[in-house]
Amino acid sequence: MSTTRERILQRIQTALHDGAPTGRLVAEQPTTEPVLRDYRQRDEAPRADIIDRFIERVTEYKAIVRRVEEDQLAAAIAEALAARGVERLVISADLPEAWLPASITLLRDAGDLSYETLGSSHGVLTGCALGIAQTGTLVLDHGALQGRRAISLVPDYHLCIVHAAQIVGLLPEAMPQLEAAVRAGRPITFISGPSATSDIELNRVEGVHGPRTLEVLVVI
Amino acid sequence: MSDHKKKPTPTSVLIELEPKFEQNAPAALANTQLRRNMGKATQTIRAKRANVVSELSDWEELREAGRAIKAFTLEHLDEQLIQLEAAVQKAGGHVHWAQDAAEANRIITGLVQAHEAREVIKIKSLTTDEIKLNAALADAGITAVETDLAELIIQLAGEHSSHILVPAIHKNRAEIREIFMRTLGVRELSDQPKELAAVARTHLRRKFLSTKVAISGANFAVAETGTVCIVESEGNGRMCLTLPQVLISVMGIEKLIPTFRDFEVFLQLLPRSSTGERMNPYTSLWTGVTPGDGPQEFHLVLLDNGRTDVLADQIGRQTLNCIRCSACLNICPVYERTGGHAYGSVYPGPIGAILTPQLVGVEHAGSLPYASSLCGACYEVCPVKINIPEVLIHLRGEVVRQKQDEGGIRAALDPENVAFKTLAKVFSSRTAYERAQSLGKVGQWPLQHEGYIKSLPGLLGGWTATRDMPTIPEQTFREWWEERTKA
Amino acid sequence: MHISLFITCFNDTLFPQAGRATVQLLERLGHTVEFRREQTCCGQMHFNTGYQREAIPLVQRFVDVFRDAEVIVAPSASCVGMVRDLYPMAAQLAGDPALIREVESLRPRVFELTEFLVKQLQVEDVGAYFPHRVTYHPTCHSLRVLRVGDAPLRLLRAVRGLDLVTLPDAEQCCGFGGTFAIKNADTSMAMLGDKLRAVRETRAEVCVAADNSCLMHIGGALHRQRAGVRTMHIAEILATTEGDA
Repeated sequence: MSTTRERILQRIQTALHDGAPTGRLVAEQPTTEPVLRDYRQRDEAPRADIIDRFIERVTEYKAIVRRVEEDQLAAAIAEALAARGVERLVISADLPEAWLPASITLLRDAGDLSYETLGSSHGVLTGCALGIAQTGTLVLDHGALQGRRAISLVPDYHLCIVHAAQIVGLLPEAMPQLEAAVRAGRPITFISGPSATSDIELNRVEGVHGPRTLEVLVVI
Repeated sequence: MSDHKKKPTPTSVLIELEPKFEQNAPAALANTQLRRNMGKATQTIRAKRANVVSELSDWEELREAGRAIKAFTLEHLDEQLIQLEAAVQKAGGHVHWAQDAAEANRIITGLVQAHEAREVIKIKSLTTDEIKLNAALADAGITAVETDLAELIIQLAGEHSSHILVPAIHKNRAEIREIFMRTLGVRELSDQPKELAAVARTHLRRKFLSTKVAISGANFAVAETGTVCIVESEGNGRMCLTLPQVLISVMGIEKLIPTFRDFEVFLQLLPRSSTGERMNPYTSLWTGVTPGDGPQEFHLVLLDNGRTDVLADQIGRQTLNCIRCSACLNICPVYERTGGHAYGSVYPGPIGAILTPQLVGVEHAGSLPYASSLCGACYEVCPVKINIPEVLIHLRGEVVRQKQDEGGIRAALDPENVAFKTLAKVFSSRTAYERAQSLGKVGQWPLQHEGYIKSLPGLLGGWTATRDMPTIPEQTFREWWEERTKA
Repeated sequence: MHISLFITCFNDTLFPQAGRATVQLLERLGHTVEFRREQTCCGQMHFNTGYQREAIPLVQRFVDVFRDAEVIVAPSASCVGMVRDLYPMAAQLAGDPALIREVESLRPRVFELTEFLVKQLQVEDVGAYFPHRVTYHPTCHSLRVLRVGDAPLRLLRAVRGLDLVTLPDAEQCCGFGGTFAIKNADTSMAMLGDKLRAVRETRAEVCVAADNSCLMHIGGALHRQRAGVRTMHIAEILATTEGDA
């Protein structure tokens, strides 16, 4: 007796290669046309415009976005955390301490924090793999400065740092940069604004299960 | 000429046995609340979609790439599935194959039972609706908790989905408020969407943090790398994909894309076509199991359930391009007015009108290909260029051929069949046609009044119930032409 | 140009005035029009309702009648749509390689009137005069199957005396859909209701389109409602000159 797997594969082969399809002539065998990728592959706009577009589009999702100078980063983080009243902050194991104010309690995750701990924290600070200007998207490949998926999901506030050099124009520029992480077995998370739903009368409202507040610091 | 697929019984796709769209529609059309809700929701989403699509100068090129990638996948489906299976296994996942709903449900129930779980959390999944998984789990004493807001609303209301993306599209905020107050014991609640969403957050939080097994569908799976993708908004998806120890994902065998790079096409097409956003809030990609991150046990269930029958039909095959965006529902003038329940299937709207009959056999859903005015709006918005009107017409042919060939004497004497056969004879000869024109002029005289007919008998009565019918004028065009030529 | 008129059974029998107008208009523009009397019906109603085996002899008949025509023009977008869009599927279904070839050869020579005028003859001002308030309904087959674009609007804008008003939600289907109007009469009526509201909002005297089938549906309801708006085929307006008014 054949297995289900063999039966399904056999049915596919029959469907594709044998017999007259319903109501039709026996046409020529399926031919594989090349996939034309005539869509835009690169945003040729000046870098400054791409970064402006990223900021504008992330803001449209009702995220808080600020532009900061590299040497102002620690101060900007401190300011953001203070404004939000964050006292207990989740970070990944490799996040530099120099970024953070001394006054707050750091919950450094080495994959060991419980969901309850994450849930009772006041927020999480991460880096990201890249940003996409066209769609206002942050992409986490859960590599450096990002930690495992749960830490940027369970807390209600996500503060994310993106360096200007990490921002690309279009989605087709982003995908090749993510392939290595995928091949290394890491997950990928695309984040475009805070958690939201369109389930009530098809209007987007922010704030369901993911972090209800997303704040982004763009390091210029 | 016709070679019909015989199925022993309608599969699980149907919500009612042999849905009759034309019989279901009048009640829906008379529901003024439904009409108002549907009109408002579909108009909102249509405008949003049009806006974000017009922003992309390369939309048509993206559509063409999307179509071509799906066509390639389908033409190599066997090889692609074998490649996917190997990649998932290599990444530490398990792959299961299911011929039909019963087999898929058996596999999934078995996996849940092996972990001694009494409750599972679910990400909205049409495929699990299609196999009626929740009922199968309930039979085994397992509670399935839907975590998508709209799915939760209809689960609490005890209703069926009426839209493939927003199952509770037929409910407005006041109705949702009432359902939450009644079923969740919430005392004070306004009808502000933000407050309603907060209720769902509170209600589900504990379950996300403590449930051991999650079940999802899949928007895409990459044959090359074994990567599976879920596109969502609320974060319930991320919760289910990240926090439990075991993840079971069910996908139709057509949900494949060949390469990782292909995401660059579909992640542009899908969000803009479905919720009318540049990008949905969250998209998750995972490949098998990642040590130290997320579920440490992953099962992928590959479901046929009629899809190989669809694949065998060269006109119908394009239906399997579908990425379940719902743009065709939102644009459809029929769907907008009747809502989704009239289709009697897990898959309503234009895509449902072609997918359902192909999955269950035209003999079980013959009214659905007729639930369209063939206006073509669905084809224009389809991000993977499924020519829905063409497939609808093809399936209407299947419906009639099936009746004529297998319906016996009753089908032969069906008034519609007789009328069309007679008309075909009339049109096949000029003299018969011209004679019929003359007879029509004579025959209509008892019905007419000042150039119009107000009531027609039989099949045509549907016309004159609400519309007057012009009478056949004294002189046909060809009579005028003859007269003019002679003069 | 020598134009063969494809009148369509619907216009021939119920709306001969659209056919007469088409002939008058094309002749006025200096072309020769012929009418091949052997033509009957293109088979659209049969094919779209599912009686496709029955439609095949009608497809064959159409091909036989028009095989050697230089150019074929019809005052009906939906019937032209049948020939251009669905004849290949019908020929495939017939399983007749000769028919498949003949259909392929015929398709590029078949045109709907307004697209023929604007895209083939490159005429917009046909010298018409029609001093009335008019709104234009783009039928689904003209818009989405034939993609006539704004050809009808260009022609109407050039008509002297004509006050053209935009129809709200013009691209929405009127709900006709051939046998859909009978098989799903309730849904069809719900769609029509919104179209009628849009037409009446324009306060036009005349609702014009390139398909008499949709116009029979819209016009039949306007007449029942005594709405004070009449329907006309676009050919009838384009054929009207100062002398007629």
